[in-house]
Amino acid sequence: MSTNAFHTPPPNGEGEMRAPMDFQSRRMRLNSAWRYAVNHAVTGLAVLSTLLVVAPLVAILVYLVYMGASSLNVAFFTHIPAPVGEPGGGMANSILGSGIVLVLASLLGIPVGIAAGVYLAEFGRGKLLAAAIRFTADVLNGVPSIVMGIAIYSMLVFPEDFHLWFLYPFRHLLAPLMALNIPPALQIPMTFSVDATGVWLHVGGHFSAFAGGVALAIMMVPTITRTTEEMLATVPHAIREAALGLGVPKWRTVMSVSLKTASPGIITGCMLAFARVAGETAPLLFTAFGNQFWSFRLNEPIAALPLQIYIYAMSPYDEWHRLAWAGSLVLIVMIMVAVTLVRIYASRGILKGAS
Amino acid sequence: MATRIKFQQNLDDLKERLLIMAGMAEQAIQRSIEAYRTRDLSICELVFQSEPVINRLEREIDQMALDLLAMEQPMAIDLRFILSVIRINADLERVGDQAVNIAVRIREMGAFANIELPVDIPKLASLSAAMVRKALQAFIEADAEMAQSVLKLDDQVDEMNDAAFYSLSTLIKERPELTPQSLNALIIARNLERVGDHATNIAEDVIFWVRGKDVRHNNPSRA
Amino acid sequence: MGVGINVEHLNAWYGTTHTLQDINLNIPANHATALIGPSGCGKSTFVRCLNRMHETNPIARASGVVKMGDIDIYKDASPVTIRRRVGMVFQRPNPFPTMSIYDNVASGLKLNGFRNKAILDETVERSLKASALWEEVKDDLKKKSGASLSGGQQQRMCIARALAVDPEVLLMDEPASALDPVSTSKIEDLIFQLKSQYTIVIVTHNMQQAARVAENTGFFLNGKMVEFDSTDRIFTNPKDKRTEDYITGRFG
Repeated sequence: MSTNAFHTPPPNGEGEMRAPMDFQSRRMRLNSAWRYAVNHAVTGLAVLSTLLVVAPLVAILVYLVYMGASSLNVAFFTHIPAPVGEPGGGMANSILGSGIVLVLASLLGIPVGIAAGVYLAEFGRGKLLAAAIRFTADVLNGVPSIVMGIAIYSMLVFPEDFHLWFLYPFRHLLAPLMALNIPPALQIPMTFSVDATGVWLHVGGHFSAFAGGVALAIMMVPTITRTTEEMLATVPHAIREAALGLGVPKWRTVMSVSLKTASPGIITGCMLAFARVAGETAPLLFTAFGNQFWSFRLNEPIAALPLQIYIYAMSPYDEWHRLAWAGSLVLIVMIMVAVTLVRIYASRGILKGAS
Repeated sequence: MATRIKFQQNLDDLKERLLIMAGMAEQAIQRSIEAYRTRDLSICELVFQSEPVINRLEREIDQMALDLLAMEQPMAIDLRFILSVIRINADLERVGDQAVNIAVRIREMGAFANIELPVDIPKLASLSAAMVRKALQAFIEADAEMAQSVLKLDDQVDEMNDAAFYSLSTLIKERPELTPQSLNALIIARNLERVGDHATNIAEDVIFWVRGKDVRHNNPSRA
Repeated sequence: MGVGINVEHLNAWYGTTHTLQDINLNIPANHATALIGPSGCGKSTFVRCLNRMHETNPIARASGVVKMGDIDIYKDASPVTIRRRVGMVFQRPNPFPTMSIYDNVASGLKLNGFRNKAILDETVERSLKASALWEEVKDDLKKKSGASLSGGQQQRMCIARALAVDPEVLLMDEPASALDPVSTSKIEDLIFQLKSQYTIVIVTHNMQQAARVAENTGFFLNGKMVEFDSTDRIFTNPKDKRTEDYITGRFG
């Protein structure tokens, strides 16, 4: 009774009752049937499209298995190709060579990519340099891989001598540097020499695994940069503020908080870039060039799986064709495994972050 | 753009209801004074009938104020206003009670001869009633100055009551056969003095509401 | 123990917007001070100037004197050192999602290079007890992620994290606005206990909360501080009509 003083019910006019909907009317039933049909038609269309897209991949796999599986044996993974005309042999050197080149490319490309991504996301907001970096990364991404190969060829394979006149006053400091005993496997096609005329830098002169690694590294950088930047952007600003508010310096905040929080995504980006360049052939044509024999040196041409597949496929020898089929099968299986690992890791990463 | 419209309306409702009750209390006092003048017992009846209405209004106003405190979280001037309303509410109810007491006394006096008493009850009564009127006017207009002036009038009322006490007690000693009428008159005078005190309280509550200063017990009238 | 904060002629800008205009204020040590005002009045900006978080925004700028004890925080110290002496709790709890509860609370120390395990253990326990969360999480300290707690627990953990670096001042920007009434009461009780050891500045939209928790209250409006007085005076009889209009809800 006391609340009546304030809670007067609103004026209730003669509100008309709306007629309840008749769900059994003929019109409603027709509507229903029509929607049912449309639903199923569109679902069918989607399934069909999916099959259309997946079919070629399945066809390729089936065909590769058909053509290449018979050539797969232990020897394939342990032997180098036999001399022309002789049967047997394998692509062990290509598999190892791919490994070496990819490791080098990762060592060069991943740190550069992540650093660029960190700069774009954390330090370069709104700055002109950041816009320039982003633009450059996008352009690099679009450079055709053969052009990349030719560019690196001209930089690291074609022999050039540069006169570093500005280092002349420091030539005595360079002596201990040049006396450093770099193991032959790690020597790269860039060497210094000092003579009476000055300090010289000699670049290139031969195909090299180093050049191949550099070419692939440059192709990895744009993807990694973009992914890193985007993943860092998903780190909530509140987390950064929490760290800054605790008196953590900015660089430490970026390293221990932002990067750590975004790391699942960043690692996924690196693995995707890796999987992409693992199958590249054109950049290696004029840089790594390929090698019939074992090679463990950065300073020499080296075999790589996609590269060798191309070379064998273009050759007139049946034995080499057989190797190419088997190599293709191995290559595509390896890439599928890599992508699957990426997905597993990514989904685990998402769950971890949300817990 | 005004905000808290509902709250404002509720505050206005509260004020209105309090003023209705104030009107009834004032009317009860006026009627009791009239009854004294005319010794008309039917007017006393009217006073008795108004009492349950005043009591009901007191309960309603307290409940409304309680609801507003609980549900609207009033602050500052609104909070002081509601607190003042609660206090004025209690004082008005007691004013109504005093009117009833006076009416009872008048009824008692009716059994005895109507003689001229050396005490000006009507003047005391009109002064007390004027205090109540002025205090309520100050409440309506939120005028602290007017309320302040009510406080000063209380001294007059107290003096008149003291004088009445003195002259009536002297009369009892000199003419003991007039004791019943004298005593009744004394009690009526005292009731009217109490009405003046209640009007003072109302004025003090208005000052608290408007200025935020608690001026109670600042004027000790008697040692 | 807390220190008093003395603010003189503080002005702050976001780009060209003059967010804070000539603020003069004296925040007493070991008391809780509440700052109230409508949205956009500058109270959050003011609090962020007290621990130099305001300048993390590239277009932000501040001028004036803010003295914490004897130190002018803009002239005599770097932002990083100031932020280690002034803790901050934000409106939404922001635990580090990749860290366990233990690591979250210890992050202020660990991220600044502190490694001594015994001291870290003791600090984490002390801070969680001070923020009334110890009993609820003591068995899961390293097993549960910081983000797996409920909202109220997360906020108390963030308070523990701020307390772990042993600040002298604790700034709280609407700490309970995202929480339910029970969690809010727990945090208010916490503030009540903490204010004897720290100087607390709490920004709040909720006037009843300011009234419950703080001895002094400042009312901000459009970048200026309109009135600063003891809380009971502000809420029963404010001097400035603008203050009264705001707290009675008659704001236009």
